[in-house]
Amino acid sequence: MADNVKPRVRVPRDATAGEVITIKTLISHNMESGQRRDDDGNIIPRSIINRFTCDFNGVNVLEVAMEPAISTNPFFEFQATVPESGTFTFTWYDDDGDVYTETKEITVS
Amino acid sequence: VAVLPVQATAAVDEAIAAFTGGAEMGSEGITLIAPEIAENGNTVPIEVNAPGAEAIFIVAAGNPTPGVATFNFGPLAAAQSGSTRIRLAGTQDVIAIARMPDGSFVKASQEVKVTIGGCGG
Repeated sequence: MADNVKPRVRVPRDATAGEVITIKTLISHNMESGQRRDDDGNIIPRSIINRFTCDFNGVNVLEVAMEPAISTNPFFEFQATVPESGTFTFTWYDDDGDVYTETKEITVS
Repeated sequence: VAVLPVQATAAVDEAIAAFTGGAEMGSEGITLIAPEIAENGNTVPIEVNAPGAEAIFIVAAGNPTPGVATFNFGPLAAAQSGSTRIRLAGTQDVIAIARMPDGSFVKASQEVKVTIGGCGG
């Protein structure tokens, strides 16, 4: 079910130490809710991304447990503190066991 | 005006109790921003903010399954806030509940009028 899943993340390229930055994430995914029916009246099985995490250099920023009420192409916007240069790691966990990962470097001056 | 069936309200109470353990909820220190009117229930932008919270639980009281998402904030979260887009089956209350570090809970809710429901079918 997980076709054409593509994460998109927006993180500033650089920041000052301790600066608060805004992160936006979007991942293309049907998020089939398990409530819809096909043309024959059969329920289409649930198939969603059920968890999202954002870490910076191994320290957690945000973890979201997601239910089928999250819209198609799940979007999150949130704020992080960057103490040093490093890497943001974004991870999405699919119902079907797939895991999608995206990383972004940030330079702290 | 949608009147919730008895099971639906029970499911909402259950979902909330699973998060709060049945604790009393205050109303200060949490904000929930949602549109008063959403033309398309498939994608309704919402924003929650509860300074200092450990976690924020979002419930759509009128959906077939009320739970929407739980935000758990880590040490590098600069603010205990977040935005996302949610599905609403029809006009209903959206509820946000935050768990504070001292174990207390605070709640905010807002009614969203939905023109086209977002659960298909």
